[in-house]
Amino acid sequence: MNPSGFRFTRLTPALVVVGLVWIAGGMWLLAQEARSPAQPGGGHMAETSTPRAQPSELRLPMRSAGVAQPRVLTDEFDHHGDPVYAACSTCHATREANFKAGLDLLPTEFHQGLRYSHGELNCLSCHNADNYDTLRRADGRALDYQNVMALCSQCHGPQTRDYNHGSHGGMVGFWDRAKGERERNRCIDCHDVHAPAYPRVNPVFPPRDRGALEQLRREQAHSANPSSHRHD
Amino acid sequence: MIDRQNSSDSESSGVTRRTALKAVGATLGAAAFAKAISPLTEWAAHESIDDFLQKHYRELSPVDMAVVLERIAQDTREDYGAEVEVADHRPQPGVKLGYALNLSICVGCRRCAQACHVENNHDRPSGNSYIRVLEMEKGSLDMAKGNVNYDGPVPKPDKFYMPVQCQQCDHPPCVDVCPVEATWKEDDGIVVVDYNWCIGCRYCEAACPYHARRFNWTKPRIPAAEVNPHQSYLSNRIRPQGVMEKCTYCLHRTRDGRLPACLEACPTGARVFGNLLDPESEIRWVLAHKRVFVLKEELGTKPSFFYFFDE
Repeated sequence: MNPSGFRFTRLTPALVVVGLVWIAGGMWLLAQEARSPAQPGGGHMAETSTPRAQPSELRLPMRSAGVAQPRVLTDEFDHHGDPVYAACSTCHATREANFKAGLDLLPTEFHQGLRYSHGELNCLSCHNADNYDTLRRADGRALDYQNVMALCSQCHGPQTRDYNHGSHGGMVGFWDRAKGERERNRCIDCHDVHAPAYPRVNPVFPPRDRGALEQLRREQAHSANPSSHRHD
Repeated sequence: MIDRQNSSDSESSGVTRRTALKAVGATLGAAAFAKAISPLTEWAAHESIDDFLQKHYRELSPVDMAVVLERIAQDTREDYGAEVEVADHRPQPGVKLGYALNLSICVGCRRCAQACHVENNHDRPSGNSYIRVLEMEKGSLDMAKGNVNYDGPVPKPDKFYMPVQCQQCDHPPCVDVCPVEATWKEDDGIVVVDYNWCIGCRYCEAACPYHARRFNWTKPRIPAAEVNPHQSYLSNRIRPQGVMEKCTYCLHRTRDGRLPACLEACPTGARVFGNLLDPESEIRWVLAHKRVFVLKEELGTKPSFFYFFDE
């Protein structure tokens, strides 16, 4: 026996091998840990990116360019092959105005498929029978299509007031008007004029953070066994 | 049987049990030591000496700041492959930023949360966002009963929808509890975090009664093409792993006079943003004319975020 109490024996090589494997294993783990977070963020991202939202019929705030004069698609094509649009007055000039058309009497011959649900109004509450290329105010005066918000405002006072104070309707741009412009939606950017109730939509971007997943798990456990934590 | 064999072995070869155990112990010790120091190698791989020795945000001179901003842009280029511009947006004099949200017209579409995710360079896999939209029972304002996992179509007739984000409190409990002053309230009311000073203890997350703070459990993963290049030191620059983050009212936009991303994404106009110190501002009109309340008023946090209903 040598002074240290350690003798080179038959078992020693085996111990050394085991030891080396241990250390090598440790170093490998260490190297793995050092390497993995340093991977560039762009690596294997394709499959983990944000899922695209379901399309919904929601009208989103947009940088729109004014209300155009409405025109009606005809089934004619011009010599370029482009569809021909006609001004309202093109047809309405030759037709007798029907003051009953509206809630109970929807047009069947033209304007087919028009979804209409707007209170007790009928067509000529807003459309001007004297000039179909304009709108009609409650007092009978004509109103350009570009000023459609003045038409809506006649009935929807609170919404108009809130809109005028920036608390109704989407917008983009600057809050500090000294620094830049801001663009706002008009009534008809978001509301369908003929059926203005705001649509119900599917929400986008379901939460995936820990709190949300935890809550979901609890709810599922609860609905699987609703009496579990009430009667114990 | 084995015991007998071992003892006969050791008697004949001279290796005692003590010797064998010593060898095993020494090996385990070496492995444990290697494991124990492994965070050091990780740190070295991630953080430069400059990063480590950087001063607190409020002690950085303009020259220091320029160097720091350039280094952050450089790191983002290397780590994410994205060209970004990191600036340091400062509060504007005479401005206190405030937010109001109309619960009567919020439809719960969650587009604000999505816009926040994109604007603020949040980690993509975890779908992080500073905004949490709660589906609430009509007749109750108990946040704890709000459901975040709702599905469409919305709005449901017996529910209302309440997006909750940082309330930028005048008495922020999150700031009070920070042991290293890595978070504070700025002159325009925004509560910010110096991500380089934060030690990630998460006290502020626990202290916030609005559940508005988030922790970076991992290094954020964002494809290069999706990185928002318009960044600011105190807001949406890509955060390191292990630090806290929070809504800053998009200060990289709002301190330039622009509207926050969540407001621009709102399709109904439920959100109103502006300067609380300007009596002519739209948000002041809302505060004066609507039925306004703040969340958890009884806690005395004095939020700069207001909720209101139409009549």
